[in-house]
Amino acid sequence: MADTIADTRRLFTRPQNLSDAYGPPSNFLEIEVSSPETVGVGRNRFTTYEIRLKTNLPIFKLKESRVRRRYSDFEWLRGELERESKVVVPQLPGKALFRQLPFRGDDGIFDDSFIEERRTGLEQFLNKVAGHPLAQNERCLHMFLQDEIVDKSYTPSKIRQA
Amino acid sequence: MSFFGFGQNAEIDIVLNDADTRKKAEHKTEDGKKDKYFLFFDGETVSGKVNVTLKTPGKRLEHYGIKIEFVGQIELYYDRGNHHEFVSLVKDLARPGELSQSQSFDFEFTHVEKPYESYTGQNVKLRYFLRATVSRRLNDIIKEMDIVVQTLCTYPELNSSIKMEVGIEDCLHIEFEYNKSKYHLRDVIVGKIYFLLVRIKIKHMEIDIIKRETTGTGPSVYHENDTIAKYEIMDGAPVRGESIPIRLFLAGYELTPTMRDINKKFSVRYYLNLVLIDEEERRYFKQQEITLWRKGDIVRKSMSQQAAIASQRFEGSHCENMSAQAREDSN
Repeated sequence: MADTIADTRRLFTRPQNLSDAYGPPSNFLEIEVSSPETVGVGRNRFTTYEIRLKTNLPIFKLKESRVRRRYSDFEWLRGELERESKVVVPQLPGKALFRQLPFRGDDGIFDDSFIEERRTGLEQFLNKVAGHPLAQNERCLHMFLQDEIVDKSYTPSKIRQA
Repeated sequence: MSFFGFGQNAEIDIVLNDADTRKKAEHKTEDGKKDKYFLFFDGETVSGKVNVTLKTPGKRLEHYGIKIEFVGQIELYYDRGNHHEFVSLVKDLARPGELSQSQSFDFEFTHVEKPYESYTGQNVKLRYFLRATVSRRLNDIIKEMDIVVQTLCTYPELNSSIKMEVGIEDCLHIEFEYNKSKYHLRDVIVGKIYFLLVRIKIKHMEIDIIKRETTGTGPSVYHENDTIAKYEIMDGAPVRGESIPIRLFLAGYELTPTMRDINKKFSVRYYLNLVLIDEEERRYFKQQEITLWRKGDIVRKSMSQQAAIASQRFEGSHCENMSAQAREDSN
């Protein structure tokens, strides 16, 4: 019932360039969300987070960048990506409106454990989004990650590789 | 399946003449069970006997005729009432009359054309069977015997490899190659994936075999996709210049030959789906159709002959590497 032995030898492959094999991979992208800081006083307080990016992807203009953003900036980014790109954008950590009500036992949205939970969620969100090949084409993502200020009245556009 | 009415006083049985020597093949039934049936090929003669056994000896059996049919039909599950018969042969065995004792009737369907392979799928069934009928006033006595038909092919003359460069602009470029475009059911898919550009974080890569059954025409076309196999070929992140080999043995999977537009009623096609999954569970894939065909059993070469062929192949490739080394050393 056995047939003749099939030829299962590997197909011919070109040998790999040693600098390709042992050099740094071209997919390096690291995003960290850290150092939450609450600014302002009384009812006008809000928390900002530092976003540090390190990469060797050519699509990012800066190979290292450091900006500060607040939660509403993340909401803006998510809205832009949903509208402009075909990406299924992941969820942000919760808005926690109930924490903004008065007469709470804890610090509400400025509670340390809540901020830490939110920080982790924002970091996961950014890593998921920034690694998406389609999201990387959106101007809003690059502005969010690398420009000093987010200009919400920008003109949405696609990034073209040089 | 035999249909028995009330007050049946006879049994009918179909026995093939070559029941002792003919091979049987396993075939899946509609409810997923596997059964063995006699195996026939196109052009083979189907001959045997129909045995009519009276249950109560002495009691006569009145009938309006005894016949046997050889039927090949296509049944669409969503249109059960309409069987489409593409082969229908009849042999009359007895004229209307009376049977006073159990009797045996010979039949022969000579060199019957069996153009398609037996197939039981998700929305369609193609089957061949013998049906013996004793016609009576109120209810007929019927006995059916299913057989399995396989269609054989010879090695295709043209069997080019599939080689293509695909990717996402500036993110991921790969070149994939499969050694053939037509594989027989116990063949091996030998191929490779060569990475030209990797700017995403790949976690692993797999190759899937997908079977697509298409039934119906015009406005009501149904596609049923079934992933027959999932085979991981790479675990970890590749870099530029890396080549990942593929070696996938088809004999381990439940496959049928590719069937294209059978009697204009249905098709069964197979695709290789190359899937890359990145660290965020995003999937990047490329589907490619392959043709599957059934090879006839050939006379086996002796084991020592086969071993000689295999070792020649191994030595051959060894020599290639050695000479490449020699050239490099001399430079």
